[in-house]
Amino acid sequence: MAKVIEGLYYAESHEYVRVEGEFGYIGITDYAQDQLGNVVYVDMPEVDDEVTAGEEFGAVESVKAASDLFSPVSGTIVEVNEALEDEPELINKDAFANWIIKVQLSDKSELDNLMDAKAYEAICK
Amino acid sequence: MNNTYYGKLIFELSRPGRVGYSLPKCECEGYSLGDLGQEALRQTETILPECDELTVVRHYTNMSNNNFGVDTGFYPLGSCTMKYNPKLNEELAALPGFNQHPVTPAKFAQGSLKLYDEVQKTLAEIAGLSRFTLNPYAGAHGELTGLMVIRSYHMSRGDSARTKIIVPDSAHGTNPASAAVCGLQIVEVKSTADGTVDIEDLKPLLGPDIAGMMMTNPNTLGLFETKIPEIAKLVHECGGLMYYDGANLNPMLGVCRPGDMGFDVMHINLHKTFSTPHGGGGPGSGPVGVRKGLEQFLPNPQVVAKDFKDSKDFKDLKVYELHCDDESLGYVSFFLGNFAIIVRAYAYLLSLGKENIPTAGKLSVLNANYIKESLRSHYKLPIDTVCKHEFVFDGLLEEYGGDHHSPDHVTTLDVAKRLLDYGFHAPTIYFPLLFHEALMIEPTETESKETLDDFIAVMKRIAEEAKANPEMVKTAPHDTPVRRMDDVKAVKEPKFTFKAL
Amino acid sequence: MFKYFPHTADDIQQMLDVIGVRSLDDLYAEIPEEIKFKGELNIPSEKSEEEVRSIIQGLAAQNKPLVCFAGAGSYDHYTPSVVPFLGSRSEFSTSYTPYQAEISQGTLQYIFEYQTLMADLTGMDISNASMYDGTTATAEAMMMCVAAAKKRNRVLISETVQPSVLAVCRTYAKFHGVDLVEVPEKDGLMDKVAATTLIEKDDVAGLIVAQPNRYGLIEDFSGLADTCHSHKALLAINTMASALAVLRTPGEWGADIACGDAQSLGIPMGYGGPYIGYLCTKEALVRKMPGRLVGATTDSEGRRTFVLTMQAREQHIRREKATSNICTAQGFMCLYVACYLSLMGPKGMKEVNEQSYASAHYLHDALLKTGKFEEVFGAPFLNEFTLRVKGDASHLREALAEEGYLLGVPTLFKENCLTIASTERRSKQEIDNMVKLIQTIAL
Repeated sequence: MAKVIEGLYYAESHEYVRVEGEFGYIGITDYAQDQLGNVVYVDMPEVDDEVTAGEEFGAVESVKAASDLFSPVSGTIVEVNEALEDEPELINKDAFANWIIKVQLSDKSELDNLMDAKAYEAICK
Repeated sequence: MNNTYYGKLIFELSRPGRVGYSLPKCECEGYSLGDLGQEALRQTETILPECDELTVVRHYTNMSNNNFGVDTGFYPLGSCTMKYNPKLNEELAALPGFNQHPVTPAKFAQGSLKLYDEVQKTLAEIAGLSRFTLNPYAGAHGELTGLMVIRSYHMSRGDSARTKIIVPDSAHGTNPASAAVCGLQIVEVKSTADGTVDIEDLKPLLGPDIAGMMMTNPNTLGLFETKIPEIAKLVHECGGLMYYDGANLNPMLGVCRPGDMGFDVMHINLHKTFSTPHGGGGPGSGPVGVRKGLEQFLPNPQVVAKDFKDSKDFKDLKVYELHCDDESLGYVSFFLGNFAIIVRAYAYLLSLGKENIPTAGKLSVLNANYIKESLRSHYKLPIDTVCKHEFVFDGLLEEYGGDHHSPDHVTTLDVAKRLLDYGFHAPTIYFPLLFHEALMIEPTETESKETLDDFIAVMKRIAEEAKANPEMVKTAPHDTPVRRMDDVKAVKEPKFTFKAL
Repeated sequence: MFKYFPHTADDIQQMLDVIGVRSLDDLYAEIPEEIKFKGELNIPSEKSEEEVRSIIQGLAAQNKPLVCFAGAGSYDHYTPSVVPFLGSRSEFSTSYTPYQAEISQGTLQYIFEYQTLMADLTGMDISNASMYDGTTATAEAMMMCVAAAKKRNRVLISETVQPSVLAVCRTYAKFHGVDLVEVPEKDGLMDKVAATTLIEKDDVAGLIVAQPNRYGLIEDFSGLADTCHSHKALLAINTMASALAVLRTPGEWGADIACGDAQSLGIPMGYGGPYIGYLCTKEALVRKMPGRLVGATTDSEGRRTFVLTMQAREQHIRREKATSNICTAQGFMCLYVACYLSLMGPKGMKEVNEQSYASAHYLHDALLKTGKFEEVFGAPFLNEFTLRVKGDASHLREALAEEGYLLGVPTLFKENCLTIASTERRSKQEIDNMVKLIQTIAL
């Protein structure tokens, strides 16, 4: 059974946002990594790129599948998780600890459109 | 096929000083490459192998023994139409008379140009369309060319708003990829529970921004889209054109033509329907046909037949010329496509003729339905209806270990790998994406009942094995030259050349 | 029945019984009547093997063989007989794309060899498993530049690339939405100053150049890669593959992409196809590269084996997000290239180029000596060159064709010019005979 963590915001496309002050850490959920299987590559955007809620910002690749990443929120990328460049499998080890991008949130009200842990758990059944 | 793994690379057989060629002495004396100057010349030595002739012959012969082709055994790969590749076609494609330089003046290449035109005309009749280009090199290249025709048509009317193309969710992956290369946005239309296009989902998508719709019929589930007249009508009413992906044309031969179904543009895979060899992934050929009124948009150069007017005595005689049309979408290839493949297709068309071409399609449908009905006792049949040339199982039935909710179930991949042990190629797996454990089987008309019966028996046996000894199936193949590969390692420690090993 | 259909009447009946329908036509019962095809296809009747052979041999005989002094992307090189012989092995030719690696090591190995050979010839890190031909390979390189640059849409292409390459790139650019800008030529070579000015605008994703170029001339790309890279543009060099064995390689020029046609490596001219396009690049750009890719790995018993890899870039997984729509390319022609290069080796490839160079230069000088030709450009060339006919070039070309010689191709936008090629297959005798003939033709 895939893990779901309380206190995060979830998108239907299986990304999460962990909010810390002005910033949001965006990654894929445990359920998503389990569906993909062995992650072999993460196609990441660059720092200073703008992301828009609902739009694609990168992709996660396993051996026989690839999944686009959609940003649950809008903002400016302030950091990308460079550790994933060499060790994309970190996502399989712990998807919630290994976020993909850190975004300066431009509109916190967008978080209201996302699901809480309980609602997300329900769609993963 | 030989089950002993050969595995060497030509670089490992190289010994300094050996050669495998002979050239005459050069008589044009007094010229040397060195005159070009060091700056213009290669700075490093190549690592080309140094081998004598027999070493090369044995090397590739041994390698071929680790390869499985249609000539080796049954190849029920769905959506690929792995029919027998007649040997006569090979002989004729290699005739020295066809080995001309492409800029040979048309006057001295009349035989080749006539052959091109004959194939073009024959395909047009089979498809129920007006004219074909044979220039595209492959199915995906044909799709791209066909979509360019559609865009050129809209542009010629000054309609630049049509930037979207409708593609069913069951479509071949090439459809959306070709549309993207052609600069079109993809709009996906859903399938109904019976596996065909959902018209109610389609209707709201239609509008002034739709360039057209791509379909394959029968679709990737092997089902005929019976609502095709209505779909074509709706798309035409909104101003779009209908594109037919000819990957699944084989069962329709002589029974129902794309042009009569309402399609405006299509491609044909000569390497599927018209028996040219797949070559381990090419060269193929992807001719594109169009309805009357769209001919001028086909790519350049075009081959045109003109009446020979010089003499009354030769009134049926034609002369063939190359023509470039100003309204054409442009060039998509070096010249007239994979010409030697076109020669093979012509030999096939002539051999079968109007008498046998419709039979090919019907027997392919007979073979597919026979396998389907014979195996539904062991494999999950998600859509229970008469199929065309292919059909899809959704893995093993639950009683044979196929319950995909169970973590250690026997998967479609396992079944596919176990088939290799029994001397069959695997079906297409995990496509279409509509099912979790898709296993897509296309037998083609050139396979005998005995072959199908053997295959059916083996598929049942694998199901029994999956029940009794799942571990054996999950670790298959056991009797092939090599065993299951580490796919993750291939991506994570990439090695694409001998140097990198 | 028919020789390609094994079904007996009994077989058909038994199979229909299992399916539970009465006739073959009943298998099509769901198709609406109004769209069914009724009647007979208006195409020829079935033919016996001898009849088919006779018809197609008759067509081949209507073609007239010409001694070939033309190039422009297709070259008449010698092919050892072993190459087509091995190419006739149906274990290779009748197989599909090697998805089932356990029973496809033959195909996977020769593609791996091909990738090694092309990467080595071009001086690049990696090669894909082939493209359709040199023109489409270059168009793919153009789209790859745009994909790698992410936010730039402009690609420069030298006017001196082969006309066929330029034409196909224009088509792809028009539909894909690439802003393709042509860099003008100067004295038969790309105007490097003009190229630099354009690159310095910092909106260029890539630059495509050719070596040798459409006139056969050898270009000097010194400093070009640095200019491109300092403005975040990629450099792609299109080269006729045989020349890679002796000319400074795309890798040595600092290119990011090497592309072109490998027909010159053992593949017959065959009236334009099948040929094989190649596309090589740097390791860092692998995920932007179109086409299939074979990689080495190990099987469950630890043996070195080969598989299709990096498939997540491809159309059957990424659909509209794929690097390209290409799937089937020219896989089988990789075998031709691998066999050819294995037989020729480093010595053979040098000799082929030395002889082609000598033969082309001998022809060039002999044509000038007739007094009926004049120089157009001054730059050095390998095995292809451009001369102006002092008179009607098309008349000369047609008159020679009547006599059995194919003298070059008309040079686009250069009046009365012909671009002429020679290879190691052309003997001194053939050249002398043709030149003698030229002297008798009034211009």
